[in-house]
Amino acid sequence: MSVDTKTVARIAHLARLKVPEDRLDPLAGELNQLLAWVEQLGEVNTDNVPPLTSVVHARLPRRDDVVTDGDRQADVLANAPDAQNGFFAVPKVIE
Amino acid sequence: MSELTDLTIAGALSGLDKGEFTSRELTQAYIAEVENGRALNAFTTETPDKALEMADAADAARRSGDAGPLNGIPLAIKDLFCTKGVLTTASSHILDGFKPPYESSVTANLWRDGAVMLGKVSLDEFAMGSSNETSFYGPVQNPWRTTDGKARVPGGSSGGSAAAVAARLAMGATGTDTGGSIRQPASFCGLAGIKPTYGRCSRWGIIAFASSLDQAGPITRNVEDAAIMLRSMAGYDPKDSTSINTPVPDYRKALTGDIRGLKIGIPQEYRMDGTPPDVLALWDRGIQWMKDAGAQIVDISLPHTKYALATYYIVAPAEASSNLARYDGVRYGLREQGGNLIEMYENTRGAGFGEEVQRRILIGTYVLSAGYYDAYYLKAQKVRTLIAQDFEQAFGRVDAILTPTAPCSAFSPGEKSDDPISMYLNDVFTVPASLAGIPGMSVPAGICGAGLPLGLQILGRPFEEETVLKVGHVIEQAAAFGARPRIWWKEAA
Repeated sequence: MSVDTKTVARIAHLARLKVPEDRLDPLAGELNQLLAWVEQLGEVNTDNVPPLTSVVHARLPRRDDVVTDGDRQADVLANAPDAQNGFFAVPKVIE
Repeated sequence: MSELTDLTIAGALSGLDKGEFTSRELTQAYIAEVENGRALNAFTTETPDKALEMADAADAARRSGDAGPLNGIPLAIKDLFCTKGVLTTASSHILDGFKPPYESSVTANLWRDGAVMLGKVSLDEFAMGSSNETSFYGPVQNPWRTTDGKARVPGGSSGGSAAAVAARLAMGATGTDTGGSIRQPASFCGLAGIKPTYGRCSRWGIIAFASSLDQAGPITRNVEDAAIMLRSMAGYDPKDSTSINTPVPDYRKALTGDIRGLKIGIPQEYRMDGTPPDVLALWDRGIQWMKDAGAQIVDISLPHTKYALATYYIVAPAEASSNLARYDGVRYGLREQGGNLIEMYENTRGAGFGEEVQRRILIGTYVLSAGYYDAYYLKAQKVRTLIAQDFEQAFGRVDAILTPTAPCSAFSPGEKSDDPISMYLNDVFTVPASLAGIPGMSVPAGICGAGLPLGLQILGRPFEEETVLKVGHVIEQAAAFGARPRIWWKEAA
């Protein structure tokens, strides 16, 4: 499997990363190098092997469905680059 | 008062208890060293006023008989731990100006026990790196240089933590380890560093890199100090659903020096082609120290070792691409304007993330994208199962495993920057334990031909940090590692 500049542009957009035009080609090269390197996993027989999703062999804990925190509007907005009237402000989405 | 900065944490606690000096005096001595050590570029933020305030509170607590287990001990905090009201950057441009309105659970535990914060220390951006060269705030210098005076990297990602502790700018430091980020810099800087079992320390309030791998742990000058710090850092936290509710022992009590009858596994797969003779010779010496102490050496096999790095470099970037989706210029940190919302996101993330972070986000996005998920991500998760099973089987026969920590001593700045895979290979001995979630520690054990420290790694069963520390302590005693870096950074200041 090989990645071309068109694919790099597509995944960069999926990841919401602005990648300058002149970086697409070198990035494709780097990603291909990495993908070629991880191809070695193909040698490993993983038939009937379950995927490891957590190293913790424990049931996820449950707790009562109650409010434990909140009512901190000022804290939540304190670091916002642009906060207006108690909301996060972003460029206009709906015309 | 320079001798105060030569004390270990254990030594300082004893001096504080006896009233030989106060935490204020100890903290002042460290604040002076932090200022003298700026040429190392270890700190991203210095907090001297806060440190003195905390020291005074610790002195008051000691006077009233309320001294916690770390009362009055000045520490450096990796800038990946959120600290309330104190700039927290992850060494990334994208977190410009971020002052968390909350405290991470691990640092809250340290303050509960009386520790003092000297400041925040640098790391590879978002903990992605093995040399501390990807920090937005510039590379960190290793206090250690070669015998002929050549500069070296401190390792990474907890490079600022290791540099600060090795140069005596802090008594100890917090680190985080995703694939070796505590153990490798500890090895490069002649320090002890332990990554506990996944679930032992809470991840709450630690900026996430790869959530199924990230664990916090201490970096200190010796094993006893690591035991003291880990006891305070560890503990159940309902705010982290992967935190395990099991009591935290007094790890210091495990340091008995007695490992007679303990079975120590030596994995044949770690004897890799191309490993420098210095590293292999030190490993052999470590094996001999184990035998001399009455342990039994057992040859073991961890057959999937060679696939660990490739597995890691699928799993970790996949998780990172997801975790780092939150940096969008809306809620905190940097914002770069754009004509519409999507452009604003793309401009912000393009400008805010460095090259290595972008590379990992792209590879992670790719392996999770439609059509490639099974071939890459699912495959890697299956191989991860096999790697974990290798350890499970080995721990049926042995109590601990001894390996080198890293395949080399500290390398030159820039040496591996242009070749990501050669940089990744640095973690070849540390990544397997991360994938399996088991505890691992690096202990300073020798000096290579170029005059730089080398560490040995001890791995243990899940939640058997005590065995790891006990074996590490025996190696430390046998190695009698007393070497210190020549102080060049004060001349530079």
